[in-house]
Amino acid sequence: MVETKNISVKQIWSILENVFDPEVPVLSVIDLGIVREVKLPNIPLGDGGIEIIITPTYSGCPAMDVISMNIKMELLAHGFKKVKLTQILSPAWTTEWMSEAGKQKLKEYGIAPPNHKQQICNDELFAPNEAVQCPHCNSYHTHRISEFGSTACKALYQCDDCKEPFDYFKCH
Amino acid sequence: MINQSTSQLINYILCLADNALILGHRNSEWCGHGPVLEQDIAITNISLDLIGQARNFYQYAAQLKTDGSTEDSFAYLRNENEFKNCLLVEQPNGDWAQTILRQFLFSAYQFYLYEELQNRKDDQLAAIAEKSLKEVTYHLRWSSEWVIRLGDGTEESNWRMINAIDGLWKYSDELFIAADYEMKAVDIGTGVDLKIIKSKWQEKVKAVFEEATLIIPENISPRTGGKEGKHTEELNKILNDLQILQRTYPGCEW
Repeated sequence: MVETKNISVKQIWSILENVFDPEVPVLSVIDLGIVREVKLPNIPLGDGGIEIIITPTYSGCPAMDVISMNIKMELLAHGFKKVKLTQILSPAWTTEWMSEAGKQKLKEYGIAPPNHKQQICNDELFAPNEAVQCPHCNSYHTHRISEFGSTACKALYQCDDCKEPFDYFKCH
Repeated sequence: MINQSTSQLINYILCLADNALILGHRNSEWCGHGPVLEQDIAITNISLDLIGQARNFYQYAAQLKTDGSTEDSFAYLRNENEFKNCLLVEQPNGDWAQTILRQFLFSAYQFYLYEELQNRKDDQLAAIAEKSLKEVTYHLRWSSEWVIRLGDGTEESNWRMINAIDGLWKYSDELFIAADYEMKAVDIGTGVDLKIIKSKWQEKVKAVFEEATLIIPENISPRTGGKEGKHTEELNKILNDLQILQRTYPGCEW
């Protein structure tokens, strides 16, 4: 067991930076914005546990169970044996919670990060495609192939200049 | 023992859950069979969202029921007459036009339902609705566009849509005919008054049908019963497929 009296919430957050999304392995759970809160118990940690509040990106996100398990394992590796994961749904996750560092990492990985100002979060039909920058050649001459992509959180685009298809972390 | 009002609330939640599960299951039957790869991915993504929503509702119902029920026992071990989904969602996939129309009629209903439910006074139901609404916004837009594309498309896609309307319209009224537990849920401030969302749904369907050059049928006698557990033979076929593992090997895990 670690010496628990001096542990801070901030230290727990930094440990969680080592837990990655199994489907987008360059992003940590912190980059994604799915860890909402870390609660330390009032009693010494040797007795009480840490509570981590997480929220899913999508209702059916199949990665949530693995993420919860990985958070527990990572904290266990740092000596925290009692960890409770609590899942909340409200406020609902939004791409606005993704960190700037996370967006940069996504782009380097070949996935277009969510635009700062998302344009198509509404039910307007046949709306013009959002201008999404190609993560490979930086061109804005791209078009949407499918609103639904390889995972629930992504749409499929193609670049009209370099012709590469790419995933876009879609508006949510 | 739980009291009667909790028991009615559980029924209300199970109805929401069953609708999402059964439509999610139906759509998942397209996996690997979609007309083109992108739409195969789209319809199965919609499945994933719906099954995720169903899980959230089942988990909440299990928490209220306190008799050892779990999300799995609700999905895998209830009999046909215990399922409360409306008849629309259990109808077979048919061709792409039938699948699209079923999705559109249901997504439009779910969109206005969740819009209201997120402001009702049960915190957990409101949270599930708030979360799900973002997903349903995509489903509604996608299915609306497809109804228009097919209705106002080629001669063949047009007659296929007309055929789909002939087959499915009779199941749409049931969405807005409140079961007992739905009325009770409205009384206690938890549920959504279906009268409020019916007019919004009609307006939406009218606008999309007009653009799709499709005509809304009139004087069709509605088919009902699903919300009270009286289903068409189709549900049984789904449950045979969905439940066979747990029925054959009770408690099986892997």
